Amino acid sequence: MNRHAPHRNSKLTALTGLAIASIALLTACGTTTSGATKPTASAPTALGANEGAVSILAWPGYVEDGSNDPTVDWVSAFQDETGCKVTSKTYGTSDEAFNLMKTGDYDVVAASGDASLRLVAAGDVAPVNTDLIPNYAGIYDFLKLQAWNSVDGISYGIPHGYGANLLMYNKNVVTPAPTSWDVVFDKSSAYKGKVTAYDSPIYIADAAMYLMKHQPDLGIKNPYALDEKQLAAAVDLLKQQRPNIGEYWSDYLKSVQSFETGDTVVGTTWQVIRNSLAAGTPAEVTVPSEGVTGWSDTWMIASKAAHPNCAYAWLNYIASPKANAQATEYFGEAPSNQKACEFMTDPNQCATYHAGDADYASKIWYWTTPIAKCIDGRTDVTCTDYAAWTTAWQEIKG
Amino acid sequence: MLQPESGGPVPAPRDTGARRISVFLSRHPRLRLSLLLSAPLFWLGLVYIVALAALLITALWTVDTFTGTITQTWTLDNIVTVLTGSLYQTVTLRTLGVAVVVTVVDVLVALPIAFYMAKVASTRWQRVLVIAVLMPLWASYLVKAYAWRSVLSSDGIVDWLVAPFGGQTPGYGLPATVITLAYLWLPYVILPIYAGLERVPDSLLEASGDLGGRTGSTLRLVVLPMIWPAIIAGSIFSFSLTLGDYITVNIVGGANQMLGNLVYTNVGAANNLPLAAAIALIPIVIIFGYLAAVRRTGALDNL
Repeated sequence: MNRHAPHRNSKLTALTGLAIASIALLTACGTTTSGATKPTASAPTALGANEGAVSILAWPGYVEDGSNDPTVDWVSAFQDETGCKVTSKTYGTSDEAFNLMKTGDYDVVAASGDASLRLVAAGDVAPVNTDLIPNYAGIYDFLKLQAWNSVDGISYGIPHGYGANLLMYNKNVVTPAPTSWDVVFDKSSAYKGKVTAYDSPIYIADAAMYLMKHQPDLGIKNPYALDEKQLAAAVDLLKQQRPNIGEYWSDYLKSVQSFETGDTVVGTTWQVIRNSLAAGTPAEVTVPSEGVTGWSDTWMIASKAAHPNCAYAWLNYIASPKANAQATEYFGEAPSNQKACEFMTDPNQCATYHAGDADYASKIWYWTTPIAKCIDGRTDVTCTDYAAWTTAWQEIKG
Repeated sequence: MLQPESGGPVPAPRDTGARRISVFLSRHPRLRLSLLLSAPLFWLGLVYIVALAALLITALWTVDTFTGTITQTWTLDNIVTVLTGSLYQTVTLRTLGVAVVVTVVDVLVALPIAFYMAKVASTRWQRVLVIAVLMPLWASYLVKAYAWRSVLSSDGIVDWLVAPFGGQTPGYGLPATVITLAYLWLPYVILPIYAGLERVPDSLLEASGDLGGRTGSTLRLVVLPMIWPAIIAGSIFSFSLTLGDYITVNIVGGANQMLGNLVYTNVGAANNLPLAAAIALIPIVIIFGYLAAVRRTGALDNL
C-alpha cells in the first residue's frame, strides 16, 4: 500500500468537507433571492415635498452634469431648481439596465423599448401619473401611450427621444442606390463579407419586418409579435445572411471605423454613426421601402423608488423643451418635446433627425420587448418571447 | 542541576498575557498549525473552491423568463443543453481550435527569440531584449487589439504591404483572431522558455559539440528535453488565456463567436446566469484536463 495514501486521503476529506460547507453556505445565502412577489404598484395622485436627492440610471449622454464636458450640463439647473441632488449611473445595453434595475438602487431609469416591457413585467417600474407632469402636454402625440411605454392604456413613463435603424451604404460600391433592405438579405451575397448588422436579438425584428413585405403569407402584422413559425422564417433569413456578414456591431464606434475603411459597405446604422463618419466617406443613409426599426426611449420610475417626488420632478424637467433639446442633441436623436427644436444649438438638428415628422415616425417600428402575449392582438397563438429570441440569435451567429 | 558560571540565575520571564498565549500555543502544536494555515486556506477556499462551487451550483438552477429572476429548483437541463446543443459543440470546437493554433504559433515564434536571448545575446543585450519583450505588457489589451483591427482592415498596413505581390489582408475573422491573440500572449510564452533555456548549462552544449553532435541533434536531443517543461508552462498561459477570451474575437473576429462570447451574451443579453455558468464550465473542464495531462512533465514547477 502507498505510504502516502492516508495523508492524501485526509487532505481529500478536508477539501470535500470545505466544498460541502461552501455549498451549504451558498444555498443558504441563495434562497433569499427567490420567491419575490410581483408588487402591485400604483401611480400617486398627488406629489409631496422633494426629498433632496434622486438616483438615475440612463444611457451615456442622457444625464450630463458637466463632469464629462463643462459645456454640456443640464443637471445643475435641475438641482438648483428643485433642490434634488442627482446621482447617476450609465449603462451600455438594455439588458444591463434591466439587471441594474433589479438592485432597487435607482429611482428613475431611461429605458429603450426592448427593456421597458420587461421592467413592467418584472414589477420593477411603476405606472406614471402624467397629470402630475406639466411638460407631458408638450410631447408629440404620436409618442404617447405606445406599446413600449404603456400597458393596457396605463402610462409607464415619459417619452424622451427617438431614432431609426437606417440602411447605410457605400455609394461607390453599392450601385444603384438601394431602396430596399434586400441588399442585406436576398441580394447580400453581392457584398459577401462586407455586410453588417446590429448585434442583438432585437435585430430579428428587422428580418421580420422585411418578411412582412416579401412573404405576406406568413401573416406577420408586427415584427415584435412572432409566433413559432414566423420566428423560424426570420431565423432562416438571418441564417442565409450570416455567411455574407463581415461583422456584427453593437459598439457604434466600431461601425464608424469599418465604414470609413471600407471593410463594411452596407448594413444597419444609426443617424449618429453617419454624422460621425470622417468627411469624404462615400456613405449615405436611407429609409428603405419596407420601413425601418428604431428606438423610442422612456423615462420610467422605479416601483420602489426611495425619492418618488424628486423622480417626478426629474421627469418633468427632462421633458421640458430646453432640457429635452440639450439631451437629445448631445446624444444624436430626435427630441420628444414639440418645442425642443427652438433650443437646439444646431438649427439643422431637428431636420437631420426628422423630429416631429409624423410620417417619418410612422415608418418606424420601435423596439418593443417580445413577450409571450402577442402584442399585435392575436389571442389564438402564443408569441415567442425575448428569451427565445436570444437563443435564436446565438444560433444564427453560430 | 548546573549553575550558570556567572551572572546569577536567569530571571523568570514576566507572566504577561502574550506569554501565556505563547506557552499555550507551544503546548498545542495542532492549534498553532491550524491558526497559521487558516488565513491562506481561507483565501484559497474563498477564491477558488467557493467560486467554482458557486459556478457549479448556479449551473443547476434555471431562470424564470418572464420576471428574469433565478428559480432555485435543481435541474440538469443547462448541463444537458450545453453538452448536446450543436451550437455549443461548434463553438467549443472553434474555441479549442483557436487556442491550439495560437499556442503552436506562440511556441514556434518564442523558441528562437528565447534561444537568442538566453544563449547568443551579450548580457547587455539580454537585458534590453527582456525589457523589449515585456514592453508590450505596459500597453492596454484593448489598445493593442484595436491597433490590430486597423492594421488588418482593408485599407490597413497589411493590405498595403502585400498588395504589390497580389495578396490581400485576411480581413476580420478567425485568422485575424489568431494573429491578434498570438501577439497578445507572446510575452507570456517567451519568458518561461527564456527562463528554461537560461537553466541549460552552456557546458552541455559544448560537450554535445565535442562529442560530434551537430546543431540540429544538440537542440533536439539535449536542449529540447531540458526546456520541454518550460515550453509546456508557456503553452498553459497562451492556451488558457485564449480559451477565456471574448474581447479580441469581438474586435477582429468578424462575425465569429467563441465560448467567452456565449457566456457574455447569456450573462448580459439573455440574463440567463445558470446557462452562462454551465457554458463557463466547458473551458474549466478543458483546462483541468490539460493541467492533468501536463502535470507529469513537471511543467507546473516552472510556472
